[in-house]
Amino acid sequence: MAEKLTDKTFQFELVSPERILASEEASMVIVPGGEGEFGVLADHAPMLSSLRPGVVSVTSPAGEVKRIFVSGGFVDVTGALCSVLAEEAVNLNDLDRASLEEKLKDLEDDIGFAKDDHAKASHIQKNIDIVRAKLAALAQAA
Amino acid sequence: MPSLKDFRNRIASVKSTRKITSAMKMVAASKLRRAQQQAEASQPYASRMSGMLGRLVANLDMGSGAPLLMAGTGKDDVQLLVVMTSDRGLCGGFNGSIIRLARLKIRELVTAGKTVKLVCVGRKGAAALKRDHGDKIVKTFENLGRKHLSFADAALVSDYILDALEQGEFDVCTLVYNQFKSVIAQIPSAYQLIPLSVDAGAGKAEEKAPADETAKALYEFEPSEEGILAELLPRNLSVQVFRALLDSAAGEQAARMTAMDNATRNAGDMISNLTLKYNRARQAYITKELIEIISGAEAV
Repeated sequence: MAEKLTDKTFQFELVSPERILASEEASMVIVPGGEGEFGVLADHAPMLSSLRPGVVSVTSPAGEVKRIFVSGGFVDVTGALCSVLAEEAVNLNDLDRASLEEKLKDLEDDIGFAKDDHAKASHIQKNIDIVRAKLAALAQAA
Repeated sequence: MPSLKDFRNRIASVKSTRKITSAMKMVAASKLRRAQQQAEASQPYASRMSGMLGRLVANLDMGSGAPLLMAGTGKDDVQLLVVMTSDRGLCGGFNGSIIRLARLKIRELVTAGKTVKLVCVGRKGAAALKRDHGDKIVKTFENLGRKHLSFADAALVSDYILDALEQGEFDVCTLVYNQFKSVIAQIPSAYQLIPLSVDAGAGKAEEKAPADETAKALYEFEPSEEGILAELLPRNLSVQVFRALLDSAAGEQAARMTAMDNATRNAGDMISNLTLKYNRARQAYITKELIEIISGAEAV
């Protein structure tokens, strides 16, 4: 991200079911699409994609990069607007490795107990995947 | 004829009741403000999601293999009613009107020969419907979002509905909830969740106006239209449930506020009435004593 590809900016939005988390100008956004990460610049072709748990990085026009972890969702890209719909979004800096590892351990214990209950097990598995993705995102950032 | 002491006690008790109702009114007012803010804040997500759905549906030819959530099972024999009420009472006609609508729906469906299953959200509805329709209740959710209503609460309900749909336990799912129109009006309404025909149509119509046809055709989808739709629809269900829960929560507080306002006013009327009676009785008592003294003096 050292060199700027384009000077044009576009509007980036991060929306959770409870409120709008962010709405700002961006020169580039990288999102973890369902079929691989992709970058969005201004005047990107209109596109709808699902997201897997991962990191959205937003480059502001000034060149600052903000990394936000999302637990999955959707992204809607039009030329002038990139809106990410995510159920959970946390700033990567707010994640804490130690507490996440503890949570992962707890969840792994839970899944052992919930073997017979299929619905519960799959729910826990989903949570485990999210925590793992958070840890992976942290490891990558470090 | 009650004694003076009875009047005094009565007035004191009404006064303390008035204190309680006016405090409840104020609490409800502040909770209402919070609930309304929350409902407003959740609007962007819902509108974006319906926009996406509309675009998807416009790009998709809904011939065969439409997802279960969209097309339903093709039957309407088993009807699932999700009845949203509050957990607490003292909110005027809020729960009563919802339960009345639910009963009406149940009767309609039963006379039409359908099987009805009930999911109760909120303790009041479960308690009221248990009496005549206890055999139909398949699931009850209580104390949802007691402190703060979150999306996870809505997901709890929608996950249950999805599970039931996958296991083929119902064909049509309808939500019965209080739509928040304004502080003084909550409209009990029924909204069909599954199959989701109405919403998609509305999204399409909405989309037609701003976006021109060529832009629509150029949309790219990843992984594929069907893939996204399969992920988007369950999420959309949660959003609908969440929206209804927020509406219902705001409506509950609004109804409670109005009810408590009325109660406070009634208590005020009652106190002035009782005070009048008390004074009259006191006056009569004094007059009576005076007459007794005077006639006693005359007799001497």
